[in-house]
Amino acid sequence: MKQLMLGNKAFARGLYEAGCCVASSYPGTPSTEVTEEAAKYDEIYCEWAPNEKVAMEVAFGASLAGKRSFCGMKHVGLNVAADPLYTCSYTGVNAGLVICVADDPGMHSSQNEQDSRHHAIASKVPMLEPADSAEAYEYVKKAYELSETFDTPVIIKMCTRVAHSQSIVEPGERVEPERKPYEKNIGKYVMMPGNAIRRHPVVEERMEKLTEYAETCDFNRVEMGGTKLGIITSSTSYQYAKEVFGDSASILKLGMVNPLPVKKILDFAAKVEKLVVIEELDPIIENHCRQLGLSVSGKDLLPITGEFSQSLLAQKLGVEPKEYKSLGEPLPARPPVMCAGCPHRGLFYTLAKNKVTVLGDIGCYTLGAVAPLSAMDMTLCMGASVSAIHGFNKAVGQESEGKTVAVIGDSTFMHSGMTGLANIAYNQSNSTVIILDNSITGMTGHQQNPTTGYNIKGDPAGKIDLEALCKAMGFARVVVVDPYDLAQCDKVLKEELAAPEPSVIISRRPCVLLKYVKHNAPLKVDTEKCIGCKSCMRLGCPAISIKDGKAAIDATLCVGCGVCEQLCRFDAL
Amino acid sequence: MTKNVMIVGVGGQGSLLASKLLGYLLLTEGYDVKVSEVHGMSQRGGSVVTYVRFGEKVYSPIIDKGEADFIVSFEKLEAARYVEYLKTDGRIVVNTQEIDPMPVITGAAGYPEDLIEKLKALGVAVDALDCLSLAEEAGSAKAVNLVLMGRLSRYFDIPEEKWLMAIEKCVPAKFVDLNRKAFALGRDSE
Repeated sequence: MKQLMLGNKAFARGLYEAGCCVASSYPGTPSTEVTEEAAKYDEIYCEWAPNEKVAMEVAFGASLAGKRSFCGMKHVGLNVAADPLYTCSYTGVNAGLVICVADDPGMHSSQNEQDSRHHAIASKVPMLEPADSAEAYEYVKKAYELSETFDTPVIIKMCTRVAHSQSIVEPGERVEPERKPYEKNIGKYVMMPGNAIRRHPVVEERMEKLTEYAETCDFNRVEMGGTKLGIITSSTSYQYAKEVFGDSASILKLGMVNPLPVKKILDFAAKVEKLVVIEELDPIIENHCRQLGLSVSGKDLLPITGEFSQSLLAQKLGVEPKEYKSLGEPLPARPPVMCAGCPHRGLFYTLAKNKVTVLGDIGCYTLGAVAPLSAMDMTLCMGASVSAIHGFNKAVGQESEGKTVAVIGDSTFMHSGMTGLANIAYNQSNSTVIILDNSITGMTGHQQNPTTGYNIKGDPAGKIDLEALCKAMGFARVVVVDPYDLAQCDKVLKEELAAPEPSVIISRRPCVLLKYVKHNAPLKVDTEKCIGCKSCMRLGCPAISIKDGKAAIDATLCVGCGVCEQLCRFDAL
Repeated sequence: MTKNVMIVGVGGQGSLLASKLLGYLLLTEGYDVKVSEVHGMSQRGGSVVTYVRFGEKVYSPIIDKGEADFIVSFEKLEAARYVEYLKTDGRIVVNTQEIDPMPVITGAAGYPEDLIEKLKALGVAVDALDCLSLAEEAGSAKAVNLVLMGRLSRYFDIPEEKWLMAIEKCVPAKFVDLNRKAFALGRDSE
């Protein structure tokens, strides 16, 4: 029966039907729901791994053992998993191995907008790129065949508009594949130099065969229309191009973006008068066309940054854009904010108050950088806070040690903060690391992680004890604070910054959006006592505003955390 | 001809249920449908947009400036923010609730005044309704989404029973009555 399915859910349905047995991923917008949806099928063993490198190695292990396997991640996650990827290209697979990487052009929820196709090219691994949910579903099933036929991992590249759009899918039945027997093969699977040197030519031959395959496979299709304009495109750009040009242009839609076909492109180019490549981010197809000696437009007309849309294509390619009406006055922006009652707020207020330099990390708490708290100086990538504070303090010494902290969430700490902490312990910098333990992976929509005690299905699982872990690394000073208790946060922060040795502060309170977290009654403002001093406004809580010169609390948002109460000197809250 | 409905609001207001309902309904009506959502960071109290497109064949999952037949807004300022996406003969269905964004909370900006009047002055159709009060009347402030869907249903050529059936399919059983009531209040109030 036809269903409206999120691209990521359709991807998961494809995994199920293709007989995938093991899925290991790390959450990351816009890829997260693939694995969350896959976990709803009992036939697939699913897990959240501590990071993408681990996830890919787990999936590789399962493939080696003879079961179809999967790992999923966002674009920057593939950087973390690049190490196993590049060599797994050499070993090839036993049972099929499919990797999902979800790019985020326009950076809806990311720190950069790198183009994952570069990884496919550099690792010499085939990459498919679906343009809607039905294709995502279909491509996954075909990807497993491709993986086993060509003895290679296969990457399927999603992007925000495919991953997070729903379109129609007609699901089928699961096909349970036989387990492929595991056979010891040192030459193929033990990548020491003597073996790897014999595997590299195999990889190159495979790429040649895949290029031949790309010429005729049904991932790449020509839709002939008017021949004045020929468009080569893929993914969601195809949808925008169809929207603007309909049948007035001819389109070569590429569903396989690595390796790219040669003859197919040359044949298509010969049939049209003018050739334009429409691709988001980097000019990869365009450069390929140029290498083939074609005269082609692309980034000379279209931006290399951000997302495309139908009106952007229309405007840049000389089609009349739609008329619209405009208010013609600037409106206040509505940036994302920490939720009312967010446990991170009290901690960031304390950091702002103490004017410390804050080396930040990736998660909801990156919003600590937003006004009025503005309590963050740096955010780079997962885990960088803990490594960078060590470098910062080594460079500056005592001058920075007493007024610099690293902040990192529980999940991000498990992902790649632990190794940075090991470096502090080993190479001895007097650094203060704050782990914001809200008992969940928050930003991506509440996924469990190794510190929460639950697995992807919500069943009890192993639970890593953060205090014991830090102590085992050699940190004598490990202190737990409640971020709702401002006095305690302030006292502990001052003590740990002043201490002559490295320390870890664990700011612990579960995310206020977790179902089991009980909310208190919303606070009320005593307007007799409130003098409108705006002390409470320094928290940047979305539930507090000023109405008629006095503080006002939005009872629909306030969860009664009481943090603002601690700032009021007039007992008005 | 593809029709476009844009659902806008503040992260956490429940626009995902509205688009789920609309998507399901339009699919059962036999249309090709695409629904594009926002996940991740902007959901945290930021301005959020959902695109619902339907017709014989839908390509792009998003709606661009000058393309929306309807803007359904959970909040007044958000309706104003996205008015450029409306067709010149489009219609705005808006909850008159005001939710202060951070620049207003911090005092860096004021909440713009007379937005409904300004929108009407552009010559576009504006159907403004206090959906929060109606949702509370139905039994929960969280039912604003269904009040808005009830209002939107006035402008669709789809019989009311079909909307009610879609509610039954899309909402957990224990909330069906509440949501149907909210839908009816939105559809039938003045």
